[in-house]
This record gives sequence, structure tokens and C-alpha cells, in this order.
Amino acid sequence: MVENDRWGSLFAHLVLILGVALVIFPVYVAVIASTHPPGTFVRGVMPLLPGPNALENYRTVIFEGRSRAGTPPIGGMLWNSFVMAMAITVGKLSISILSAFAIVYFRFPFRMFFFWVIFLTLMLPVEVRIVPTFQVVADLGMLNSFAGLSIPLIASATATFLFRQFFMTVPEELMEAARVDGAGPMKFFKDILMPLSITNIAALFVIMFIYGWNQYLWPLLITTDPEYYTIVMGIQRMVTGGDSEPLWHLVMATVVLAALPPILVILFMQRLFVKGLTETEK
Amino acid sequence: MATIVMDDLHKVYAGGVKAVTGISLDIADGEMIVLVGPSGCGKSTLLRMVAGLETISDGTLKIGDRMVNNLEPAERDIAMVFQNYALYPHMTVFDNLAYGLRNRKFPKDEINRRVHEAAEMLEIAAYLDRKPRNLSGGQRQRVAMGRALVREPAAFLFDEPLSNLDAKLRVQMRVEIRQLQKRLKTTSLYVTHDQLEALTMADRLVVLNGGKIEQVGTPMDVFNKPASVFVAGFIGSPAMNMLDVAYLRDTGAAQGLSGLPQGTDLIGVRPDDLLLNAPEAPHLSLTGDVVLLEPAGSESHIYVSLAGSSQPVTMRVQGLPNVLEGARINLSVPLSALHPFASATGLRVG
Ligand SMILES: Nc1ncnc2c1ncn2[C@@H]1O[C@H](COP(=O)(O)OP(=O)(O)OP(=O)(O)O)[C@@H](O)[C@H]1O
Ligand SMILES: [Mg+2]
Repeated sequence: MVENDRWGSLFAHLVLILGVALVIFPVYVAVIASTHPPGTFVRGVMPLLPGPNALENYRTVIFEGRSRAGTPPIGGMLWNSFVMAMAITVGKLSISILSAFAIVYFRFPFRMFFFWVIFLTLMLPVEVRIVPTFQVVADLGMLNSFAGLSIPLIASATATFLFRQFFMTVPEELMEAARVDGAGPMKFFKDILMPLSITNIAALFVIMFIYGWNQYLWPLLITTDPEYYTIVMGIQRMVTGGDSEPLWHLVMATVVLAALPPILVILFMQRLFVKGLTETEK
Repeated sequence: MATIVMDDLHKVYAGGVKAVTGISLDIADGEMIVLVGPSGCGKSTLLRMVAGLETISDGTLKIGDRMVNNLEPAERDIAMVFQNYALYPHMTVFDNLAYGLRNRKFPKDEINRRVHEAAEMLEIAAYLDRKPRNLSGGQRQRVAMGRALVREPAAFLFDEPLSNLDAKLRVQMRVEIRQLQKRLKTTSLYVTHDQLEALTMADRLVVLNGGKIEQVGTPMDVFNKPASVFVAGFIGSPAMNMLDVAYLRDTGAAQGLSGLPQGTDLIGVRPDDLLLNAPEAPHLSLTGDVVLLEPAGSESHIYVSLAGSSQPVTMRVQGLPNVLEGARINLSVPLSALHPFASATGLRVG
């Protein structure tokens, strides 16, 4: 710890407050904008105080959508985003924790080779391989489906790599003790390795969920059926779609609603990883 | 309850390191065998081969009547206590003890009974609901013991279980483990690099060096009749002094040496057998300069540089002797206390 110094701590607080303000301000503007009637924005000035139309605006985006501009009510889009983000998160986590388990705890031929192959996929995010991936997904008939939305994004190595690093810090004697105690590899994985990884799983869950939730380019490319639109696409369509000026009050209401699920996931998972962090030990 | 029979065991690690070369040993039912030796001599490797955590490159291993070479650790009916305890950090003490039994599908009340019995025996009953991180080192050590006890295995395997404890606790746990082992009469294999632990705990101790057995015997046998220069130097503290026979002849002690076996050219003398006052019994007489006087409570160590030789010797005497650093003193060694060795083979002669 740095020693207790009045001016130092004042300065530190100033910097922190400034940083928080910088991050919070756009969110604040979005929330405020979502409470105003349509006319407010025509003058090109963003209001800084709440308006009277909050309930009305949110009711519109949730129940009616903007059917004229081809934007369905956002409930369905939120659901699509949620399913996609969950599928990506759960898929990525289960595949990577299992492959990390295999790489760290089993001796098999070409072990390091496989590790490096997995590692290499780190350099190939979806944007880089988007054209061939699209071709594959199209050929498999997975356009306009949840499988098409999520599977290509599941294959990535970040989490494998992180789990591998974590498993290597787990003392080997733990595995040996479990062997002596009659636990086979999968039992060891389930009873000992998983509970010890819970902090890592929670943290990665949050990161992956937000990654999945924020996907834009890929869903835009492979969905043409409004039934599979995601919320991020929906926001974009609201802004550019239609012939009139964007209806900013509705766009902002959608934005605010779109930000809620990731926040809820963070709040929920936070309990797990704060617990993990304070209880951590070897 | 089981015997352990090792027949010509070998271990070659993947890199070609020969960690264990040709070890044969019969361990009787209920016996406590201590494997002792310097770091890297293959003690852990041998123990882990018995546990089933390392494969056996060559030779056969029997526990009870079964050949266990190719059995998983869990099928060998052994329990192991690890150096760093290897407790499951996320489980309570109770669950740590119960885990092995649950995996073996023991009925619930039997698990309860055994865990409480072991906890009672080890005085950890009050901590059954705690997680290992909330225990002291000594308590963790007991939990690790408990995990082995509840299994009621055919053999206990210990790999330096006390080396993470402070000196005082180490002595206390040493006594408790030994008492427990005597009471349960469970065959045990105990690895340590501490010669005092080896001497005090063993029914028989096995001195290993470079992957081979140097000597097997009761602690007193090994201490009183070390089979090689290596054992002589390793067992006993301070270490045994080694004196050149040629040097002793030059100092005029020749007549005392005539009784030594053929081929002796190295004489071992325990620090306790170097005396300040000449005894009645036939003895050798030496002189030397006191280099350092080291009081150690009830005893003292005197480091002496022998006259006409650069060889330092260590002697141990009771209390604080009346000698001054730098002074010349006379030493005597009873002839009965000489350990004859041949330097070419490194073995005891006769
Ligand atoms: N997994 C391994 N691969 C290759 N060589 C190994 C392996 N484990 C141990 N060795 C080598 O085998 C020899 C014996 O090691 P071992 O761990 O049995 O020694 P030890 O007697 O237990 O020593 P210590 O008192 O330091 O624990 C050493 O030379 C060591 O370097
Ligand atoms: Mg060792």
C-alpha cells in the first residue's frame, strides 16, 4: 500500500471520478434520451434532464416495434441475442475447459502439437476467417439458425489457454491424492478441478457472454429472416432503416434495454468470483 | 495387514534417468520401514512405484499375495500421505476424509463412523467442518493422516510428511505417527532425508544412495555397524570422522592397529567415541589443536585439527568441557570403537 497521504488520495479520487464520469456520461445521455417525446431531437440538441415519455417509449419498443421499418418488437431480438450469447459462452467454456484438461493431465501423442494448433486459432478471430466460414455455414444449411449464429464463434482458444495456465498451477499431488482415493480422471475433473476453477469459470463466463452479446458482423451476415435478428442488429436497423429521421427516443430505449442482460450477468457472476477471489488458496 | 515384496525393481524415467536400480526388499506384515538417503537418491521414486503413481520399469512388486505392477493406485489397497498434504482445498475436513470412502461406495453410516473414529484418534474432531486453509500446518498434517487412516489400508506410504513442520512439531508428530503405527500394526513405508527421524521411527531402516540400497537393518545395527563409508557418514549427527590408517601409523599408534582386519585403510570414529580423558581400556592416543568449541546445551561439539595432518575431526562431549580454542589437547579412542573400512570399495571390512 502507498502510505496515507491526503493530497495523494485526493488526486487519486479526482482521477477515478473523472474516469467514471467519462464512462457514465454516454450511458446517462442514453437513459435521459429514452424518456423524451419524438419532437425533442429535431433541434439537434440532446436534453440532459429526464422527459415525460419514459413509459410510453419503452412500451412501444417492447410491444410494437417499428413494424413499418421492418424492426420487430425487441422481445424476440433480446431472446435471440440471449440464446446466441449463452450458446457461445457455454459452448466455449465447456470445450475449452475439457481441452485444457486433456492437454494438462493426459499424455497422448502430439500433445504439444495440438496445444499449438489450438493456440494458433487465437490468431483467427471470426472477422479474419469470415468468408470461408460463411461458405461452410451456408453449405451446411445453417443460415438463419441458432446453430449458424453460435457454432462458428465457439471455436476459439482464448479460454483453453487460460484454463491450461490455471490447471498448471494446481499442485500435481492433488491429482495423485485423488487417484489414491479412487477417483478416475473424470471424477477428479468433476469433484476437484471444476470446483477449484469456479472463479475462472465465472470470470470467463462474463467475458464470453459479453463477447457473444456484442456480436454484430457475423449475425448481420448470416441472418436474413427477422425471426433470427439479434438486438445489436436491431439497433443498427432502427438507426438506418426507414425513410424518416431515426426515432432517437426509441433507439435509446432499445439501447438501454439491450445493455441490461450483460449487466445482470455481471451482477450474478460477480458474487461467484468475488467469493472465489477472497477465498482463494492453494 | 500385508507384506510388501520388492523384487529387483528398476525405474528409468522418460529422459533416461535411472532413478532406481535393482532394489529387492521384503517388508514384513506390520513393519515400519524407513527409506532414508540424500536428496535425489530415489526415495520418492521408489515409494511412488509402490503407490502406483510411477510405472515400474522392471522387476515385480507384491502387496499381500497380489502382484500389483499393473494395478491403479486405488486398487492396491494403500494410502499415501504427501509432503505438502495435498488436501482438497474446497472440501471440509470431513469431506476430505470421506472422499476416498465415498468413491468406494461405502454406506453412509460406515463413512460417518470411520471418519469420526479417525478424527477422534487424531484429535481433529473439532475441525471437521472447517476447510483446510483455516487449519494450522500441524492440523493439516493430521487431516492428511486421517485421510489415510479412514481407509484402513493394507499399507501406509509416507513421503516426507513432516518436512513442512517446525522442529518442535516435527518431534511431536514423529512420536504420534510411530505410536499410531504401532497400535494399528499397519505395514508402513516412510520416506525421509532426516537421519534422526529414520533412526527413531524405523523397525528397519533402508539407506539408499544413487538408486541402490546401501544397507538394510535395525536402526541400532545400522548405527553401530555401518556397512559402508556412505552409511557411516549419513547416519549419525555430527557425522562419523574418517581417519587415514597411514596417518595413524605415522603418529605412533601402530601397535593398537594390529588387530584390524586385512585391507583396512580407513578408520571411522563416532564423535562420541573421541574422548578427552584416556580410558582404562586399550585405546589410541592422538593430539590436535582446538579449532572451534560449539556449545549446544547439554552437549558440546569440539572441532579439532589433528597434529601433523590437515584432517579436521569433530568430537561430542557432555556439558561444557574445560578446553580453550587454539589450545593443544590429547584425544583417545577406545580400540573397540573403531570402524574399519576399505577406501577402494567404500565398504566395511570384516
Ligand atoms: N519425472 C521425472 N522425470 C525424470 N527424472 C526424474 C523424475 N522424477 C525424479 N527424477 C530423477 O530421479 C532421481 C530420484 O528422484 P527422487 O524424487 O526419487 O529423489 P528423492 O530421493 O525423493 O529426493 P528428495 O529427498 O529431494 O525428495 C533424481 O535424480 C531426479 O532428478
Ligand atoms: Mg522426494
